[in-house]
Amino acid sequence: MTHLPYIVASYGLAAIMALVLSLGAALRLKRDRARLAALEQTHNRNAGTPLTP
Amino acid sequence: MSASPTLVARTGSFFHRYANPGRFLKLGARLQPWLTWPAIAFTLAGLGWGLFYSPADWQQGDSVRIMYVHVPAAMLASGGYAGLAFCGLLSLVWRHPLADLAAVEIGPVGACITALCLATGSIWGKPMWGTWWVWDARLTSVLVLFFLYLGHIALIRAFDDPQRGYRAAAILALAGAVDLPIIKFSVQWWNTLHQPDSITLTGAPTMSSSMLWPLALSTIGFSLGFAAIVVARTRAAVMESRIRALLSSPRRGGGAA
Repeated sequence: MTHLPYIVASYGLAAIMALVLSLGAALRLKRDRARLAALEQTHNRNAGTPLTP
Repeated sequence: MSASPTLVARTGSFFHRYANPGRFLKLGARLQPWLTWPAIAFTLAGLGWGLFYSPADWQQGDSVRIMYVHVPAAMLASGGYAGLAFCGLLSLVWRHPLADLAAVEIGPVGACITALCLATGSIWGKPMWGTWWVWDARLTSVLVLFFLYLGHIALIRAFDDPQRGYRAAAILALAGAVDLPIIKFSVQWWNTLHQPDSITLTGAPTMSSSMLWPLALSTIGFSLGFAAIVVARTRAAVMESRIRALLSSPRRGGGAA
Protein backbone atom coordinates (compact mmCIF):
# COMPACT_ATOMS: atom_id res chain seq x y z
CA MET A 1 0.00 0.00 0.00
CA THR A 2 1.43 3.40 -1.00
CA HIS A 3 1.32 6.43 1.34
CA LEU A 4 0.60 4.20 4.34
CA PRO A 5 1.67 6.68 7.07
CA TYR A 6 -0.66 9.34 5.63
CA ILE A 7 -3.58 6.90 5.48
CA VAL A 8 -2.94 5.63 9.03
CA ALA A 9 -2.73 9.22 10.31
CA SER A 10 -6.04 10.17 8.67
CA TYR A 11 -7.98 7.11 9.85
CA GLY A 12 -6.33 7.33 13.29
CA LEU A 13 -7.38 10.96 13.70
CA ALA A 14 -10.95 10.10 12.67
CA ALA A 15 -11.06 7.17 15.12
CA ILE A 16 -9.69 9.25 18.01
CA MET A 17 -12.14 12.07 17.30
CA ALA A 18 -15.10 9.66 17.07
CA LEU A 19 -14.08 7.94 20.31
CA VAL A 20 -13.56 11.17 22.25
CA LEU A 21 -16.85 12.72 21.08
CA SER A 22 -19.00 9.61 21.51
CA LEU A 23 -17.52 8.49 24.84
CA GLY A 24 -17.69 12.06 26.15
CA ALA A 25 -21.38 12.31 25.19
CA ALA A 26 -22.21 8.86 26.60
CA LEU A 27 -20.48 9.51 29.95
CA ARG A 28 -22.05 12.96 30.26
CA LEU A 29 -25.49 11.49 29.52
CA LYS A 30 -24.99 8.69 32.07
CA ARG A 31 -23.81 11.12 34.79
CA ASP A 32 -26.66 13.59 34.15
CA ARG A 33 -29.29 10.84 34.07
CA ALA A 34 -28.15 9.49 37.46
CA ARG A 35 -27.92 12.99 38.95
CA LEU A 36 -31.36 14.00 37.67
CA ALA A 37 -32.96 10.77 38.92
CA ALA A 38 -31.47 11.29 42.40
CA LEU A 39 -32.56 14.95 42.49
CA GLU A 40 -36.08 14.19 41.29
CA GLN A 41 -36.41 11.50 43.93
CA THR A 42 -35.35 13.98 46.64
CA HIS A 43 -37.59 16.67 45.17
CA ASN A 44 -40.62 14.34 45.06
CA ARG A 45 -39.95 13.20 48.64
CA ASN A 46 -39.77 16.83 49.79
CA ALA A 47 -42.87 17.78 47.81
CA GLY A 48 -45.11 16.31 50.50
CA THR A 49 -43.52 18.28 53.32
CA PRO A 50 -44.46 21.92 53.96
CA LEU A 51 -41.94 24.65 53.07
CA THR A 52 -42.08 26.32 56.50
CA PRO A 53 -42.16 24.45 59.81
CA MET B 1 -50.67 40.53 4.13
CA SER B 2 -52.17 38.21 6.80
CA ALA B 3 -50.82 35.01 5.23
CA SER B 4 -47.26 35.68 6.22
CA PRO B 5 -47.78 36.08 10.00
CA THR B 6 -50.09 33.02 9.96
CA LEU B 7 -47.40 30.97 8.23
CA VAL B 8 -44.81 32.15 10.77
CA ALA B 9 -47.16 31.27 13.63
CA ARG B 10 -48.00 27.86 12.15
CA THR B 11 -44.32 27.06 11.56
CA GLY B 12 -43.54 28.24 15.07
CA SER B 13 -46.21 26.02 16.59
CA PHE B 14 -44.83 23.04 14.61
CA PHE B 15 -41.33 23.63 16.01
CA HIS B 16 -42.62 24.39 19.52
CA ARG B 17 -44.25 20.96 19.65
CA TYR B 18 -40.78 19.66 20.54
CA ALA B 19 -39.81 22.59 22.76
CA ASN B 20 -41.17 20.73 25.77
CA PRO B 21 -38.04 19.25 27.42
CA GLY B 22 -39.87 16.12 28.61
CA ARG B 23 -41.18 15.42 25.13
CA PHE B 24 -37.75 16.02 23.60
CA LEU B 25 -36.08 13.70 26.14
CA LYS B 26 -38.57 10.94 25.29
CA LEU B 27 -38.13 11.45 21.54
CA GLY B 28 -34.33 11.64 21.90
CA ALA B 29 -34.18 8.45 23.96
CA ARG B 30 -36.25 6.66 21.33
CA LEU B 31 -34.13 8.05 18.45
CA GLN B 32 -30.72 7.44 20.06
CA PRO B 33 -30.27 3.70 19.28
CA TRP B 34 -31.68 4.19 15.76
CA LEU B 35 -28.95 6.76 15.11
CA THR B 36 -26.07 5.19 17.02
CA TRP B 37 -26.04 1.56 15.85
CA PRO B 38 -26.62 2.29 12.13
CA ALA B 39 -23.92 5.00 12.41
CA ILE B 40 -21.40 2.44 13.68
CA ALA B 41 -22.46 -0.15 11.08
CA PHE B 42 -22.39 2.22 8.10
CA THR B 43 -19.11 3.85 9.15
CA LEU B 44 -17.33 0.53 9.69
CA ALA B 45 -18.71 -0.85 6.41
CA GLY B 46 -17.79 2.28 4.43
CA LEU B 47 -14.31 2.74 5.90
CA GLY B 48 -13.54 -1.00 5.82
CA TRP B 49 -14.61 -1.20 2.18
CA GLY B 50 -12.69 1.95 1.34
CA LEU B 51 -9.56 0.84 3.16
CA PHE B 52 -9.32 -2.78 2.08
CA TYR B 53 -11.49 -3.50 -0.97
CA SER B 54 -11.88 -0.36 -3.09
CA PRO B 55 -9.26 0.09 -5.80
CA ALA B 56 -6.30 2.47 -5.60
CA ASP B 57 -6.47 5.49 -7.91
CA TRP B 58 -4.31 5.38 -11.01
CA GLN B 59 -2.86 8.81 -10.24
CA GLN B 60 -3.12 9.16 -6.45
CA GLY B 61 -2.32 5.58 -5.55
CA ASP B 62 -3.61 4.45 -2.14
CA SER B 63 -3.75 7.99 -0.77
CA VAL B 64 -7.19 8.17 -2.41
CA ARG B 65 -8.41 6.14 0.60
CA ILE B 66 -8.10 9.30 2.72
CA MET B 67 -11.12 10.53 0.71
CA TYR B 68 -13.42 8.13 2.63
CA VAL B 69 -12.73 10.15 5.80
CA HIS B 70 -12.11 13.59 4.30
CA VAL B 71 -15.20 13.95 2.07
CA PRO B 72 -17.80 12.95 4.73
CA ALA B 73 -16.02 15.25 7.20
CA ALA B 74 -16.14 18.12 4.67
CA MET B 75 -19.85 17.54 3.96
CA LEU B 76 -20.65 17.44 7.68
CA ALA B 77 -18.58 20.53 8.43
CA SER B 78 -20.89 22.51 6.12
CA GLY B 79 -24.01 20.51 7.06
CA GLY B 80 -23.34 21.03 10.77
CA TYR B 81 -22.98 24.76 10.27
CA ALA B 82 -26.25 24.81 8.29
CA GLY B 83 -27.81 23.12 11.34
CA LEU B 84 -26.29 25.77 13.57
CA ALA B 85 -27.72 28.54 11.35
CA PHE B 86 -31.13 26.83 11.40
CA CYS B 87 -30.99 26.75 15.21
CA GLY B 88 -30.08 30.45 15.10
CA LEU B 89 -33.17 31.14 12.98
CA LEU B 90 -35.40 29.13 15.33
CA SER B 91 -33.93 30.99 18.29
CA LEU B 92 -34.24 34.50 16.84
CA VAL B 93 -37.63 34.17 15.13
CA TRP B 94 -39.53 31.75 17.39
CA ARG B 95 -37.49 31.96 20.64
CA HIS B 96 -37.29 28.17 20.61
CA PRO B 97 -35.58 27.18 23.90
CA LEU B 98 -34.26 23.85 22.60
CA ALA B 99 -32.71 25.55 19.56
CA ASP B 100 -30.35 27.45 21.87
CA LEU B 101 -29.34 24.29 23.72
CA ALA B 102 -28.88 22.41 20.43
CA ALA B 103 -26.73 25.26 19.05
CA VAL B 104 -24.50 25.09 22.14
CA GLU B 105 -24.03 21.36 21.52
CA ILE B 106 -23.63 21.45 17.72
CA GLY B 107 -20.79 24.01 17.89
CA PRO B 108 -18.01 21.87 19.43
CA VAL B 109 -18.97 18.78 17.38
CA GLY B 110 -18.97 20.87 14.19
CA ALA B 111 -15.62 22.43 15.10
CA CYS B 112 -14.11 18.96 15.64
CA ILE B 113 -15.41 17.62 12.31
CA THR B 114 -14.16 20.76 10.51
CA ALA B 115 -10.75 20.30 12.15
CA LEU B 116 -10.78 16.66 10.96
CA CYS B 117 -11.64 17.83 7.42
CA LEU B 118 -8.77 20.34 7.45
CA ALA B 119 -6.31 17.86 8.98
CA THR B 120 -7.11 14.99 6.59
CA GLY B 121 -7.06 17.39 3.63
CA SER B 122 -3.65 18.58 4.74
CA ILE B 123 -2.39 15.01 5.22
CA TRP B 124 -3.61 14.16 1.71
CA GLY B 125 -2.12 17.37 0.30
CA LYS B 126 1.43 16.63 1.44
CA PRO B 127 2.05 13.58 -0.81
CA MET B 128 -0.23 14.81 -3.65
CA TRP B 129 0.52 18.55 -3.86
CA GLY B 130 3.86 18.47 -2.08
CA THR B 131 2.66 20.85 0.65
CA TRP B 132 0.59 20.66 3.82
CA TRP B 133 -1.28 23.90 3.08
CA VAL B 134 -1.98 26.42 0.32
CA TRP B 135 -4.07 29.59 0.58
CA ASP B 136 -6.48 28.16 -1.97
CA ALA B 137 -10.11 29.43 -2.02
CA ARG B 138 -11.60 26.10 -0.90
CA LEU B 139 -9.10 25.53 1.90
CA THR B 140 -9.28 29.13 3.10
CA SER B 141 -13.10 29.21 3.13
CA VAL B 142 -13.16 25.97 5.18
CA LEU B 143 -10.62 27.49 7.57
CA VAL B 144 -12.96 30.49 7.91
CA LEU B 145 -15.76 28.02 8.71
CA PHE B 146 -13.59 26.52 11.47
CA PHE B 147 -13.04 29.99 12.93
CA LEU B 148 -16.79 30.67 12.71
CA TYR B 149 -17.42 27.54 14.78
CA LEU B 150 -14.79 28.67 17.33
CA GLY B 151 -16.31 32.17 17.38
CA HIS B 152 -19.76 30.69 18.00
CA ILE B 153 -18.45 28.58 20.90
CA ALA B 154 -16.68 31.58 22.42
CA LEU B 155 -19.57 34.02 21.90
CA ILE B 156 -22.21 31.78 23.45
CA ARG B 157 -20.16 31.66 26.66
CA ALA B 158 -19.03 35.30 26.63
CA PHE B 159 -22.00 36.84 28.48
CA ASP B 160 -23.07 36.59 32.10
CA ASP B 161 -26.68 36.40 30.93
CA PRO B 162 -26.96 33.18 28.85
CA GLN B 163 -29.89 34.61 26.84
CA ARG B 164 -27.66 37.41 25.51
CA GLY B 165 -25.04 34.84 24.57
CA TYR B 166 -27.64 32.77 22.73
CA ARG B 167 -28.89 35.83 20.77
CA ALA B 168 -25.38 36.97 19.82
CA ALA B 169 -24.32 33.45 18.80
CA ALA B 170 -27.54 33.01 16.78
CA ILE B 171 -26.79 36.20 14.84
CA LEU B 172 -23.22 35.02 14.20
CA ALA B 173 -24.50 31.61 13.06
CA LEU B 174 -26.89 33.25 10.58
CA ALA B 175 -24.36 35.77 9.30
CA GLY B 176 -21.66 33.10 8.99
CA ALA B 177 -23.93 30.96 6.80
CA VAL B 178 -22.78 33.16 3.90
CA ASP B 179 -19.56 31.11 3.99
CA LEU B 180 -21.43 27.92 3.00
CA PRO B 181 -22.12 28.83 -0.66
CA ILE B 182 -18.59 30.28 -0.86
CA ILE B 183 -17.18 26.88 0.22
CA LYS B 184 -19.46 25.03 -2.20
CA PHE B 185 -18.79 27.16 -5.25
CA SER B 186 -15.19 28.20 -4.49
CA VAL B 187 -13.84 25.56 -6.86
CA GLN B 188 -15.97 27.00 -9.69
CA TRP B 189 -15.62 30.71 -8.94
CA TRP B 190 -11.84 30.69 -8.54
CA ASN B 191 -8.99 28.81 -10.14
CA THR B 192 -8.14 26.56 -7.20
CA LEU B 193 -5.61 23.83 -6.55
CA HIS B 194 -8.42 21.85 -4.91
CA GLN B 195 -10.13 19.61 -7.46
CA PRO B 196 -13.76 20.30 -8.49
CA ASP B 197 -16.61 18.34 -6.86
CA SER B 198 -16.81 14.71 -8.02
CA ILE B 199 -20.41 14.39 -6.82
CA THR B 200 -23.04 17.01 -7.67
CA LEU B 201 -26.81 17.13 -7.39
CA THR B 202 -27.29 17.84 -11.09
CA GLY B 203 -24.71 15.67 -12.84
CA ALA B 204 -23.55 12.07 -12.81
CA PRO B 205 -20.67 11.33 -10.42
CA THR B 206 -17.23 11.47 -12.01
CA MET B 207 -15.87 8.56 -9.98
CA SER B 208 -16.11 4.82 -10.34
CA SER B 209 -18.92 3.04 -8.49
CA SER B 210 -16.28 0.91 -6.73
CA MET B 211 -15.24 4.14 -4.96
CA LEU B 212 -18.66 5.78 -4.86
CA TRP B 213 -20.33 3.03 -2.78
CA PRO B 214 -17.86 3.02 0.13
CA LEU B 215 -17.91 6.83 0.06
CA ALA B 216 -21.72 6.82 0.22
CA LEU B 217 -21.69 4.33 3.12
CA SER B 218 -19.12 6.27 5.13
CA THR B 219 -20.97 9.55 4.44
CA ILE B 220 -24.24 8.03 5.75
CA GLY B 221 -22.35 6.60 8.76
CA PHE B 222 -20.62 9.89 9.59
CA SER B 223 -23.92 11.82 9.23
CA LEU B 224 -25.81 9.44 11.52
CA GLY B 225 -22.89 9.54 13.98
CA PHE B 226 -22.90 13.34 13.97
CA ALA B 227 -26.67 13.33 14.60
CA ALA B 228 -26.31 10.69 17.35
CA ILE B 229 -23.64 12.71 19.18
CA VAL B 230 -25.61 15.97 18.87
CA VAL B 231 -28.83 14.32 20.11
CA ALA B 232 -26.96 12.72 23.06
CA ARG B 233 -25.30 16.02 23.98
CA THR B 234 -28.58 17.94 23.64
CA ARG B 235 -30.36 15.38 25.85
CA ALA B 236 -27.60 15.85 28.43
CA ALA B 237 -27.95 19.64 28.15
CA VAL B 238 -31.72 19.41 28.74
CA MET B 239 -31.10 17.22 31.80
CA GLU B 240 -28.49 19.67 33.10
CA SER B 241 -30.96 22.52 32.69
CA ARG B 242 -33.56 20.50 34.65
CA ILE B 243 -30.92 19.75 37.33
CA ARG B 244 -30.14 23.47 37.65
CA ALA B 245 -33.85 24.25 37.95
CA LEU B 246 -34.31 21.62 40.67
CA LEU B 247 -31.24 22.79 42.57
CA SER B 248 -32.50 26.37 42.61
CA SER B 249 -36.08 25.42 43.51
CA PRO B 250 -37.32 26.53 46.98
CA ARG B 251 -37.84 22.90 48.04
CA ARG B 252 -34.08 22.39 47.81
CA GLY B 253 -33.45 25.63 49.63
CA GLY B 254 -31.27 26.98 46.81
CA GLY B 255 -33.54 29.79 45.64
CA ALA B 256 -35.64 30.46 48.74
CA ALA B 257 -33.02 32.16 50.82
